[in-house]
Amino acid sequence: MPVRSVLEAIRDALREEMADDERVFILGEDVEEGGVFRATDGLLEKFGAERVMDTPLAESSIIGVAIGASLNGLLPVAEIQFADFILPAVNQLISEAAKLRYRSAGDFTCPMTVRSPYGGGIRGGLYHSQCVEALFAHVPGLKIVCPSTPYDYKGLLKAAIRDPDPVLFFEHKKTYHLLRGEVPDRDFTVPIGKAEVRRRGDDLTVFSYGLAAHYTMEAAERLSGEGIQATVVDLRTIQPLDRATIIDEAKATGKILIVHEDNLTGGVGAEIAATIAQAAFEYLDAPIMRLAGPDVPAVPYAQALEDWYMLNTDKIADAMRRLAAY
Amino acid sequence: MATARESARRSTKQGAEPHVGIPNDQLLKMYRDMVLTRRVTDRMIALQRQGRVAFFISGQGQEATQVGVTHAIKRGTDWVFPYYRDQGVCIALGMTARELMLDLFGKAEGPCSHGRQMPSHFGHAALRMVSGSSPVATQTLHAVGCALAAKLRGLPEVCITSLGEGSTGQGDFHEAMNFAGVHKLPVIFIVENNGYAISQPQSKEMAVKDVADRAAGYGFRGSVVDGNDIMAVYQTTRWAVEEARRGHGPSLVECKTYRIVPHSSSDDDRRYRTRKEVEEWVKRDPIDRFQKYLLGAGILSEETDEQMRAGIEEEVTDAVRYAEQAADPDPAEALKHVYAHQPTGFP
Amino acid sequence: MPAFVMPQLGESDVEGTVLRWLKQPGEHVRADEPLVEVETEKVNVEIPSPFEGTLTSVLVQEGETVPVGATLAVIGAATAEEMSAVPPPVPTPAPEPAAVTAPPAAARNGATPPVPPAVAQPDGGRYSPAVLRLASEHQVDLNRIRGTGMNGRVTRKDVQAYIDSGGLRGAAVSPPAVVAAPVAAPAVELPQPATPPPATPAPAATDEEIVKPSATRLTIARNMLRAAQSIPAAWMVVEVDVTKLVRLRTALKEEFERREGVSLSYLPFVIKALAETLKEHPMLNSQWRDDQIVLKKRVNIGIAVGSDEGLVVPNIHDADRLSIAGLAHAVVDLAERARTRRLRLEDVQGGTFTLDNTGVFGSVVSQPIINPPQCAILSTEAIIKRPVAVDDAIAIRSLMNLCISFDHRIVDGSHVGPFMQAIKRRLEAYGPETGVY
Repeated sequence: MPVRSVLEAIRDALREEMADDERVFILGEDVEEGGVFRATDGLLEKFGAERVMDTPLAESSIIGVAIGASLNGLLPVAEIQFADFILPAVNQLISEAAKLRYRSAGDFTCPMTVRSPYGGGIRGGLYHSQCVEALFAHVPGLKIVCPSTPYDYKGLLKAAIRDPDPVLFFEHKKTYHLLRGEVPDRDFTVPIGKAEVRRRGDDLTVFSYGLAAHYTMEAAERLSGEGIQATVVDLRTIQPLDRATIIDEAKATGKILIVHEDNLTGGVGAEIAATIAQAAFEYLDAPIMRLAGPDVPAVPYAQALEDWYMLNTDKIADAMRRLAAY
Repeated sequence: MATARESARRSTKQGAEPHVGIPNDQLLKMYRDMVLTRRVTDRMIALQRQGRVAFFISGQGQEATQVGVTHAIKRGTDWVFPYYRDQGVCIALGMTARELMLDLFGKAEGPCSHGRQMPSHFGHAALRMVSGSSPVATQTLHAVGCALAAKLRGLPEVCITSLGEGSTGQGDFHEAMNFAGVHKLPVIFIVENNGYAISQPQSKEMAVKDVADRAAGYGFRGSVVDGNDIMAVYQTTRWAVEEARRGHGPSLVECKTYRIVPHSSSDDDRRYRTRKEVEEWVKRDPIDRFQKYLLGAGILSEETDEQMRAGIEEEVTDAVRYAEQAADPDPAEALKHVYAHQPTGFP
Repeated sequence: MPAFVMPQLGESDVEGTVLRWLKQPGEHVRADEPLVEVETEKVNVEIPSPFEGTLTSVLVQEGETVPVGATLAVIGAATAEEMSAVPPPVPTPAPEPAAVTAPPAAARNGATPPVPPAVAQPDGGRYSPAVLRLASEHQVDLNRIRGTGMNGRVTRKDVQAYIDSGGLRGAAVSPPAVVAAPVAAPAVELPQPATPPPATPAPAATDEEIVKPSATRLTIARNMLRAAQSIPAAWMVVEVDVTKLVRLRTALKEEFERREGVSLSYLPFVIKALAETLKEHPMLNSQWRDDQIVLKKRVNIGIAVGSDEGLVVPNIHDADRLSIAGLAHAVVDLAERARTRRLRLEDVQGGTFTLDNTGVFGSVVSQPIINPPQCAILSTEAIIKRPVAVDDAIAIRSLMNLCISFDHRIVDGSHVGPFMQAIKRRLEAYGPETGVY
């Protein structure tokens, strides 16, 4: 099986979906030239300027136009250059995309995909490092996907493009080249809304997603050598949450750690913790713990400050040890 | 190539020529649509005052603009992205009095939102009128995207989006204009300029006299037209639609008109405008004006007019009775249509 | 501010008595520096401070008896870095390289830095919802489970392991035990059918005097009651001819005392015979636990030592590996330390069989009560010269009775008979050729 980086997996998914379905087209800033992260590299040459389209530097229009195009038979894949820049388009996402189906009782729909690189660790400072998934996780009507492996990036992006509802597809930019893995050349999808149990252990259960899920797996492997066996659940989809898996895996060990790079307060972890507290209270063997980014407005720039903010394998392993020892 | 200003003058001049190329039966249909719109909204005001409905908002006085614009498009082919005063657009498109009343009463059968949105958030899938929200001007971007899809798919579809002049201050409006201009999309921006954004006069909304001037900044035509002259509105819009369908890109049509009623059932317009001003505009009521023209031109007789109005009264009365008795939405349905496939909820 | 609590010193401890504070409030105490002398189980020990800091307040006065887990004192933190027992709910713990490289064992036994092992149990030792649910579903008496979590907390896995090991049936039919309560709950709250709650004792009548028993006496009382109530004990006596042993001991006695500095009693000979026989008959070196017979691989023989306070049973660990001389030293050492109350915690833990020398009181037959959870207890009675028939002739022989009480759940007469015969054989085989080294 071919080995692909995250970025290559994304590009493969885009190319395959565009080749298979002429309704799929890409719009965004600098996408014709391949994009600032090169995710759309080569697609203009293959599919032409009508399907790989540069837009004015105005994010609300990128999303609003994608909504309109999705109303009229196309499957837009909008790229927001950095997730930090999705904020000017929040009204289009929350007032419009998320509610179109609901407000028309299914008469109008918005089968749109919004791709956007998020997360820190590349010295992007305050406005090129943010995690924005929790902002949207509060909005029914949107789907939010945060994969962690190249396989899932490809399978979930294909699923997002084919999904009948608006999907925010967040790509952790630090993983673009960092993570490589086997990805089939063939067509396949990974279902949106299903978490994946990456490994099983009976000492504690860690829920995570994105880059943090990768670090969590490293930490779990390390702790395995110390006699601590962790179940690691990669959520993959943030909205709608796979509550069934969350509850099942929480019950299995009773010791829950939730790890995400996004800051703590009001984060995805809070919803998971509440879900478990409500549905699996009698299975808890320890307080539900969260390891998350600090509650500062965004990731600061200086290397020392970014390192302070960012999660890593050591920090996660340490949190896992503490919980295992409880 | 003519400048936008020149285009505006030319189109205005074109619009000033009466009923060129409009068949008589269409003129009568336009007239009926205007009267029906007025009578439906009259009844809506009464229903709200009687406490039978919670909320009402309309654009009485703007019927010539709404009906004229809508008659200029190919209904069922072209797309409409209206705003909340557009009862006239709805009726001219083909929505019935019953459908509008169902929407007003928030009934399950209401085609706009099936009881989910406040009244006047129009939408109708079969009529290609797309559901909108309350933050203003957002629909302009959807019209542009829809037009983009039509262009990419090679379909002869034109998108019309309407908004008040107050909404033209929104960023989305400017982003929509810019995007449409860059990609020369078949979209027409109809600005129903009634002089007020709720209580604020136009002078507090923009530093220009005509919204149409904006179009030049985005590289396409902007026209100013007397919004109370239905034939002028029709002609100007018709020309813009044909230009768009020919691939010549977007247009902006600014229709100068007046809302002769308060902003909504919750508004008291005496706080911000004089009765004298309102009365002046009532004298220029577009329906009276069109009626006079049709009577004078021998297209409409007083007898036909009375018969038609009697029929409209009956239609509206029936619509209220029907809508009021129609089934309310079932709360059990309220969880549906969040997604195509309802995710497993909380256990 | 770290709380210093009455530790769980022995398996069956439910309370302890503060004998003496070695530091006074306001004094600085280093980590591991002796802080208080506590009487508990059958031992009194000096408890070292788990923290460094200032002894802020003493909550239990000398002479007071409190349940295990009760806060004895508060020690002011030495630095702001002191960590609480509960994992702090901070989003990003500061990286701790030391923790990353911590040995695996440390991570598993709750000794993970930065939590000192003897810190107060979180939330006063409450059980987690998972533990309570499992215990309820399987009717498990949580007091029977030894926690492996932080500060000895009983974890979900502990309960699950207990259930998986079959413990649930045992727990369902056995009376509640007063052992290993890892909670601060006072023992009086445990359901004990035959024990009136000591918290509400009847007042003394005019012709009575109330003597408050010591912690040792109370522990003895509870253990004896528990043994009598929970163990179906049977009893057997075997007569042993120790004439040759008496001669041997008489011959060796003076020389041994001169060379070794300790006297040579009969006890080391009995222990030696007993230890060897236990190796031969492991069923007697066992305990009944949750419907299972647990064979103990080590032979740790407890020696009952009487004192003013009561009976103490320190153990000779791995008695089977010691020579008679070694056993003699061990017996003297333990007896001496027991009488001077210098026994260490480990001395009283881990016994697998108890030997009681009732013969010193002139007794010729006794019925000892088993020391739970052991399988049996053996008593040596007084050695008495008696005329007996030897080879159809009357001879004067030195005779000694050996009495055994045994847990009839574990063994029957068919086990115990041969066991007793084997001891008898060994004791009777001692002779001039027997070496003590």
